[in-house]
Amino acid sequence: MTELTHMTVAQALKGLENKDFSAVELTQAHIDAMANYRHLNAFIVETPDLAMDQAKASDERRAKGEAGALDGIPLAIKDLFCTKGVQTTASSKILEGFVPRYDSTVTARLFRDGAVMLGKTALDEFAMGSSNTTSYFGNVINPWKRSDGSNADLVPGGSSGGSSAALAARICMGATGTDTGGSIRQPASFCGITGIKPTYGRCSRWGVVAFASSLDQPGIFGRSVEDTAIMLKSMSGFDPKDSTSADRDVPDWAGQLGGDLKGMKIGIPKEYRMDGMPEEIEKLWQQGIAWAKESGAEIVDVSLPHTKYALPTYYIIAPAEASSNLARYDGVRYGLRVEGQDLTDTYESTRAEGFGDEVKRRIMIGTYVLSAGYYDAYYIKAQKVRRLILQDFEKAYEQCDALLTPTAPSAAFAIGENEDDPIKMYLNDVFTVPASLAGLPGMSVPAGLSADGLPLGLQIIGKAWDELTVLKVGQAIERAANFSALPEMVTKKAA
Amino acid sequence: MSLDKDTVRKVASLARIKMSDEELDKYGPQLNNIIGFVEQLAEVDTDNVEPLPSPVDIALRLREDVVNDGGCAEDVLANAPEEMEDFYVVPKVVE
Repeated sequence: MTELTHMTVAQALKGLENKDFSAVELTQAHIDAMANYRHLNAFIVETPDLAMDQAKASDERRAKGEAGALDGIPLAIKDLFCTKGVQTTASSKILEGFVPRYDSTVTARLFRDGAVMLGKTALDEFAMGSSNTTSYFGNVINPWKRSDGSNADLVPGGSSGGSSAALAARICMGATGTDTGGSIRQPASFCGITGIKPTYGRCSRWGVVAFASSLDQPGIFGRSVEDTAIMLKSMSGFDPKDSTSADRDVPDWAGQLGGDLKGMKIGIPKEYRMDGMPEEIEKLWQQGIAWAKESGAEIVDVSLPHTKYALPTYYIIAPAEASSNLARYDGVRYGLRVEGQDLTDTYESTRAEGFGDEVKRRIMIGTYVLSAGYYDAYYIKAQKVRRLILQDFEKAYEQCDALLTPTAPSAAFAIGENEDDPIKMYLNDVFTVPASLAGLPGMSVPAGLSADGLPLGLQIIGKAWDELTVLKVGQAIERAANFSALPEMVTKKAA
Repeated sequence: MSLDKDTVRKVASLARIKMSDEELDKYGPQLNNIIGFVEQLAEVDTDNVEPLPSPVDIALRLREDVVNDGGCAEDVLANAPEEMEDFYVVPKVVE
């Protein structure tokens, strides 16, 4: 059954339509893979029974000619999306045992189109992290290993690391993620897969556990650019239940792919050439530029002068919004309650026991920057710099159609590395945070291997609502890179 | 700006997170480190720049003033740590 777990969504949909295999067979192959790779700890909850029921229903729909756009495709769902009747935790102790009575809009739309859910994937607690080492339910392990024989367990990136690890290990055919500052693009880069964060407002946030509401945006991991285009279409679209959802048509992105980049201008922002950036990242970037040129694009040097201020801006705005959003965890309405001497003591004890270190740090930072006397100096100041960052992009887009940059400043690192200093960890998102602050669509495409055999991604950033150009450039890079490497544990299984 | 231990204690209290003395000593330097990092924004000239609260220009919509949800107390209370007769139960707040 190995081949069933190595197809793209596009290939699987054809196979299902041609009756080469059934949704039940396809789903069973992935359920087996999920059991085989349980040591990666990618899932908090596995839902094999639900998946088989959905697969059977899918086969019945297809037999009646009523198959949807994703009918029978087994997906993993980040445990930040509320799923009706299935525990949803945000990887936090404070939500352990929380079973939503409703589906998030995104998962409801995926199910409407026939998708099968294999389980809920782990993440950094409340999506706060770049390593998946802050989950209450344990670290997720990247299926990739360094080629130096060290066998060290590596992080899958974060926050959507369970999703990226599951897809890289061929446990699922696609996986949902959310991206607040890079939580789809950085793990995609670390795990050798493709991931897209659409324009802010494209996918509804309703039913997604909130972290930083002006930044949070659902997106998707896929095995190919075309796959992400197919799945993103199902997830996208206006939702009156999300006040910042955009009332815009969702294009048929997948149907418009396939061309070259003739007539397109690709911007290369000089500020993304950072001091101390590893040479192999720079080399990969130059390779990507050469590939874009070969595909017919014109390369343009652009400047985003406020790039260096993106991370400090983000580390005011995101914690501020988080401290406000996470005020809802009070031990009264859902989740953990630790009884105290009175109501305030109950709040304080519940939150002390329910939140992990990184979440507490960010709530405290957010509370501080929003507190009386500091609000203007920190929060308003950050919102002003945020506008300057957006204006940088707007000016750059007067000269080009999309930007090409590295996705992350390094390949996957070992579990435990970068943990002595929170800021060192924050630097992982240096190339992804600016587009998040500006609400722009961004994608990571696997483009090569590091010296020690680990995947590295290139990032494409587009104009607001222009996912199509992002996908087109992504596909040109994908075709040129022809990235076919797999984690050794997956190729061994296949052999 | 540096956060002393009393400030960290006050912030923890505002955030409703109980913290021991040892924890205040642990988080204090970490918070100072992060605040020191974000303070580099002070060097950016933001005179005459409007704050940007949301990245995309979506105006808040009004909906029709009709009842379109509700009547689902059971669902709402399903995940409560403690509930009774369609109410949440909390520790005594009035003496």
